[in-house]
Amino acid sequence: MKNLLKYTLAFLALSLISCDPEFDSPVTEDGFYSSGLADLSKYVAVGNSLTAGYADGALYITGQRNSYPNIMAQQFGFAGGGEFYQPLMNDNVGGLLLNGNQIAENRFILAVDAHGNPGPVRLEGTPSTDIANHLPSTYNNMGVPGAKSFHLIAPGYGNIAGVPAGAANPYFVRFASSENATVIGDAVAQNPTFFSLWIGNNDILSYATSGGSGVDQTGNFDPLSYGPNDITDPNVFAMVYSQQVDALTGTGAKGVLINIPEVTSIPYFTTVPTNAIPLDAATAGALNAQFAAYNTQVLPGLAGMGIITPEEAALRMINFSAGQNFPIMTDDDLTDITAILQGPPFSLPAPLATLLGQLRQVKPDDLIVLTASSVLGTTPDPNNPQGVIGVSIPLTDQYVLARSEQARITAASTAYNATIQAIAGAKNLAFVDVKAALARVANGGIPYDGGVLTSQFVTGGTFSLDGVHPTPRGYAYTANLIINAINETYDASIPKVHIGNYGTITISNN
Amino acid sequence: MKKVVFLTLFALVGCIAYAGGYRVSLQGNKSLAMGHTGVAVINSSELVFFNPAGLVYLDEKFNVSLGAYGVFSNIAYQDTHTGANARTDSPVGTPLYAYVSYKATDWLAFGLGVYTPYGSAVEYEDDWAGSHLVNNIDLQAIYIQPTVSFKINDKLSFGGGPIYVTGSVNFNRNLNRTLTDLDGNRANVTIDASGVSNWGWVASTMFNPTENLHIGATYRSQIILNAEDGDATFENIPNSPLTPFQNTGMSASLPMPAEMTVGMSYDFCENWTFAFDYNRAYWDVYNSLDIDFVNEDVPDSKNARNYKNASIYRFGMQYDATKMFTLRAGYYFDESPVRDGYFAPETPRNDSNNFTAGLTVNIGEHLQIDASFLYSHYKEVDASYNYYFENGVAVPFSGTYKTNAFVPGLGLTYKL
Repeated sequence: MKNLLKYTLAFLALSLISCDPEFDSPVTEDGFYSSGLADLSKYVAVGNSLTAGYADGALYITGQRNSYPNIMAQQFGFAGGGEFYQPLMNDNVGGLLLNGNQIAENRFILAVDAHGNPGPVRLEGTPSTDIANHLPSTYNNMGVPGAKSFHLIAPGYGNIAGVPAGAANPYFVRFASSENATVIGDAVAQNPTFFSLWIGNNDILSYATSGGSGVDQTGNFDPLSYGPNDITDPNVFAMVYSQQVDALTGTGAKGVLINIPEVTSIPYFTTVPTNAIPLDAATAGALNAQFAAYNTQVLPGLAGMGIITPEEAALRMINFSAGQNFPIMTDDDLTDITAILQGPPFSLPAPLATLLGQLRQVKPDDLIVLTASSVLGTTPDPNNPQGVIGVSIPLTDQYVLARSEQARITAASTAYNATIQAIAGAKNLAFVDVKAALARVANGGIPYDGGVLTSQFVTGGTFSLDGVHPTPRGYAYTANLIINAINETYDASIPKVHIGNYGTITISNN
Repeated sequence: MKKVVFLTLFALVGCIAYAGGYRVSLQGNKSLAMGHTGVAVINSSELVFFNPAGLVYLDEKFNVSLGAYGVFSNIAYQDTHTGANARTDSPVGTPLYAYVSYKATDWLAFGLGVYTPYGSAVEYEDDWAGSHLVNNIDLQAIYIQPTVSFKINDKLSFGGGPIYVTGSVNFNRNLNRTLTDLDGNRANVTIDASGVSNWGWVASTMFNPTENLHIGATYRSQIILNAEDGDATFENIPNSPLTPFQNTGMSASLPMPAEMTVGMSYDFCENWTFAFDYNRAYWDVYNSLDIDFVNEDVPDSKNARNYKNASIYRFGMQYDATKMFTLRAGYYFDESPVRDGYFAPETPRNDSNNFTAGLTVNIGEHLQIDASFLYSHYKEVDASYNYYFENGVAVPFSGTYKTNAFVPGLGLTYKL
């Protein structure tokens, strides 16, 4: 009986041994992946909304978790990367409060309306992230939505007192180390061993999304005098960018610089067609009759008087036909002829002169912004069914990015990108040509395990419901591009992610 | 933009699939210790399972065998392209058996067996890299089998009987790789069916050319468990007509394949016995697993399995060491029924080498304690499941798997 007990105990002991299966070379083992010449132990990401993980017109927790820096940091974890902290919002509603008053809108969701049509709507609910609740910690993700290049070195950009006037940034207010802190200063203070810098997008983007309603400040070296929708002078950009890279590399950190993609290929500008107005023959004929005098007398007359060029006269001609038509619009790059038309020989009444003052039809090479879809073809005055926006009421300039405006954006972004690439080369930093990569997405798309990533609004998978910022899958694609560049430049072998594992837009009804 | 055509197609693929065979060869501690041979070993009432025809050759009038195992199985997964990795934290499986035989006359014996030849429990961490194929599964099937056994003469006997099976399955996976609710919680479905039953049969024969040589053959029919009124429960589904996943009923069929066993045993040098069994499992019945949801808005789930028939080669030795102790050891090679490209993480079984050992302790004249131990060794394997689809596009799930299992067992034998 004694033996029996002994054997039974031995047997039980054997059965309790838990032997986990071990791979010959486990991915979790040190050295399986390598960071090469880079040290990823303290990674700090600096940038704007793209770096923060902003999507669907708002910043919210799940978007932040899918920010490209966070995706990268998870992969860095296989190659010596450390913890990565983000200034997470309080909820998945998005939106911001300032002392209880809402100052930023909720996120978009894709909802199905009563007719069964899906479309983006704002998520209902009250945000719970109040910027008056200051976060005491420091954060690896220094992405500040809305920041332009020069904002990163602007003291007071995180001072809550400046928020109502637009002098400070509500997102930076949440985690700025002090009222006078700068974004770059707070980033450098964390002693990063590795950094990423993606800044400059907003230096042209707000001009673009506002339909070119700002000013091209090229030649003006004082950013303090800029309005929110202006284009930053390329020399100002070069100066502040170089200063930021110097600060970030000052402690010996290695890093990666990311250039500025073409903003005009994003769904915000490509979704609404330029000829969005359907007309039958009778209506087109009636409209043409109304514009006959403008086309055949006013414009040739002005050209003859030398007030406008013959080219401008041709550009301003209004012509409708049966089928799809280009809406009429106000273009502030045209000569304002309102006053002239009221005088002789035209002597038009003031309302008509105002209508014609800077009028033309949208051209195929203009871009109509996404938000125009909610006004185009509508009748703002319910008592006047004839007052249709795009047909008898011009689309205002903020809804159209004209070709002339696109050219200013291209000129500025080309200059910025030359600066970024030159500095990356001079400092031996990794460089990511996101501009080229997103051009591939826009032209044909990127095949992945489960489909093709394209720039198509809602269905393409790259861009979120605001038409500007990426989806988690778009951010994952970006993270892979950056990891690629790091691996090449620093002889590292950081693993990439399957972008098909990352979601796209959020479907939900309110 | 208002007319955005948005097509959502959530193919509910990759369901139950309990691969590598969800066969659990643990039907007796004496037999397992000898590589789970036994179709031609006249030893105990474990014969109710292994070969009912042999019951009539047992010396004692009344035999009882019962026992249980603890199945400690582990699966490790990794994908070197992404670094994704996972380990199962599966609950300990506890297959049971109980056999009784009664020799009514010199030529006629009756038996009754309860055993669990199919089943398993696998639990991955929720939302792991393959969570669109499985988060966790628990499959159980209990066989209840009365038998009759009669001998023609001392050389030849026959046996057999009906089998009643009752089973249950509980299975959870995410709906696809990305769908979440507003807060990022992954949408998932749990399928639950219990009390699913059906009938089958077993028939066997034993031939004893000499006193020391026994030859046996057993055929156990396939039994298809048709779950007719299971439940499908959906979680974290977005509030949208585009994702019409409401809780509903479901039906599915899961086959317990037929199995043919032939084998022999040979007694030599007084105290030694050698046994060899060959199993052929007819897995080709498991072609596809189709889940039909009652709610027509929920797309049905079709999951290619395409299993092939597979063989197992078993070898066992027994040594009657002393009056008190009988020692056993064995080995078997288990061929996987899973074809290339159909390797799903529910039961990622490739071919395995299995080593067994055990002993019986005689306590008095009537009672024995049986103990056994099984170690299953699977080679590290790079494999993929290529039949998961998203929007009509195949999305293979691939990686490296390493699996093992440790199975200690204890049992009692009573003879009168």
